[in-house]
Amino acid sequence: MSNFLTVTFWVGLLAATVRMATPLILATLGETFAERSGILNLGIEGMMLFGSFAGFITVYFTKSLWLGVTFATLSGFLFGVFMAFLVVTLGLNQHVSGLGITIFASGLAYYLYRAIIGSPTVPPTIKAFDTLKIPLLWKIPVLGPILFNQYALTYIALVTVFVARYVIFKTTFGLSLRAVGENPEAADAVGVNVYKTRYIAMMIAGSLTGMSGAFFTLAQFNMFTFDIVAGRGWVAIALVIFANWIPVRVLWGALLFGGIDSLGLRLQGTAIRIPFQVYLTLPYLFTIIVLIFIARNASYPSALLKPYRRE
Amino acid sequence: MKLPKFKLERRSTPPLWFQVLTPVIAVAISLVISAIFLLLIHKNPFTAFYYMFYGAIGTKFAFKEMLVKATPLLLTGVAVAIAFVAKYWNIGAEGQLYAGALAATWVGIMNLPLPRAIYILLVIAVGFGAGAIWSLIPGYLKAKFKVDDVVTTLLMNYIMIYIVSALLNGPWRNPKTMYPESITISQNAFFPKLLPHSRVHMGLIVAILAVLFMYFLVRRTKLGFEIRATGTNPRAANFLGINTIRAIILVSIISGGVAGLAGVGEVCGVHYHLIQEISPGYGYSGIVIAMLGRLNAFGVFLAAIYFAIIITGAQMMSRSMNIPPYIADVIQGVTLIVMLAMLLLFEYRIRREK
Repeated sequence: MSNFLTVTFWVGLLAATVRMATPLILATLGETFAERSGILNLGIEGMMLFGSFAGFITVYFTKSLWLGVTFATLSGFLFGVFMAFLVVTLGLNQHVSGLGITIFASGLAYYLYRAIIGSPTVPPTIKAFDTLKIPLLWKIPVLGPILFNQYALTYIALVTVFVARYVIFKTTFGLSLRAVGENPEAADAVGVNVYKTRYIAMMIAGSLTGMSGAFFTLAQFNMFTFDIVAGRGWVAIALVIFANWIPVRVLWGALLFGGIDSLGLRLQGTAIRIPFQVYLTLPYLFTIIVLIFIARNASYPSALLKPYRRE
Repeated sequence: MKLPKFKLERRSTPPLWFQVLTPVIAVAISLVISAIFLLLIHKNPFTAFYYMFYGAIGTKFAFKEMLVKATPLLLTGVAVAIAFVAKYWNIGAEGQLYAGALAATWVGIMNLPLPRAIYILLVIAVGFGAGAIWSLIPGYLKAKFKVDDVVTTLLMNYIMIYIVSALLNGPWRNPKTMYPESITISQNAFFPKLLPHSRVHMGLIVAILAVLFMYFLVRRTKLGFEIRATGTNPRAANFLGINTIRAIILVSIISGGVAGLAGVGEVCGVHYHLIQEISPGYGYSGIVIAMLGRLNAFGVFLAAIYFAIIITGAQMMSRSMNIPPYIADVIQGVTLIVMLAMLLLFEYRIRREK
């Protein structure tokens, strides 16, 4: 147990925290855009899984990691448009539409993977991303290895937090976005195109979610496995509430969750008597407990779940 | 972005023939869409669907296997439908099924000195109870603290599946085979077979009783009225003096319990021990079944049989034509979305604008 006290342990833990937080940051920011516009995107889990598949299969055939990220993002974009079509244009129930997309997208990812790869005893691997050391900065003691020796996608995720904050709070689009999520009738009355705004929000949400899926197969692991996303999409849904729909708080929430995740993984190696599955349940348990505490004060966008029909 | 030249007009009540026809059309459309994904991997959809239906209802053996699959699907379908009537978004039938399976195994491997009838009643009771508790937690949190039920029920699926994994890789690991599976449960807890030379078991009767129970509960009882009122308009329900908190909590108990029974059936009727893969997603299929069945007991019955055909038949299709069995999941997702879109036509009719 003495290794708990060493600097190396803590640096390793914190670096892993930032790493594990990456897909959550991207997906939760995406969900923030969706929900700010009034759409609960329960397709998120399936979009993440499909993104991880699309990224993997692209790299498997082309060897180009960035092309993989692009296709993962694109797949998310398309599912985002599809979700928008269902809940904005058709005005269908958001819960069921989202779950339908998750069932469909996960099924399709598994189906295509099997059709293309088959079921070999050893799943094929790709050469995944290496970490990207930021020159000079990565040599800073303690902080360097934690923040500046990460995957490129992690830097992208961190930058996206601040881009999202800027877009949501400082741009005209952000103003429209918040307006259609709070009071679409009023937004419409002052000339905001409610449908268009919600479509764009779902395109952003889908793209970020698809990209977050790529992190699993192209960075964290180097293969596609069937339970690779393991409910991270649902955690993102909870994190949005935790973050009160504010991008910077999304960052803190994702880091907190990433911390629990990586702590669990590390504890597996130390304590002997507790089965490792108990540690695996920690993130989910933690999420539920957090939800209990914040549920009462959560200020959901007023128009969430409500389809808008222009009379 | 908008529907040019067309207008949605609210309908009063859709005619009965229309209500019956909608799911049939939804099924047809979803099969056509699914055919695209078969063409995508260069398989002939006609041959594929032939094998699918032949593999599920073409022979006596296939038909019986289909009934084995229908058993848990009927139960999870009923579980989800009852919950959705009250707008308790129980996406946790999968975890509740595992909870029921876990409890049945726990009692089953104790080898209690009980006569068979009593033992069977006991596993059913504890399985129902375990599923009910696993669903009561998110139900209570929703009713009392307004905690989002979609997220909690979903996350609890993962927790329960890890608990089962911990048991199977730890204290319950079979000491003889060393596989992550429990030992065989007491023979006195085995569900009796319904048909000779098949795996069709008593669980099917339990499942059909659950469908009837749902019909009477939702349509014929005071609680059913309260559940429907809570689902339709909780504020108005409160105004009528209905205790919506109590309604949600009762619904969560019943819904989770019924899902738990699906797990009991798989352990005591099919496998006779607990394995990690006890459910290939029956809980999630329950959502699709509940929606395709329009949250109506008879509809759920037909939808469960339909998906039992798809899931059983997909295996045959997979063996005969080397099509990944996950096509069954694709069909389920497509059917759910198509059915949802069809339901739009219940509320509205499309009129060309003049």
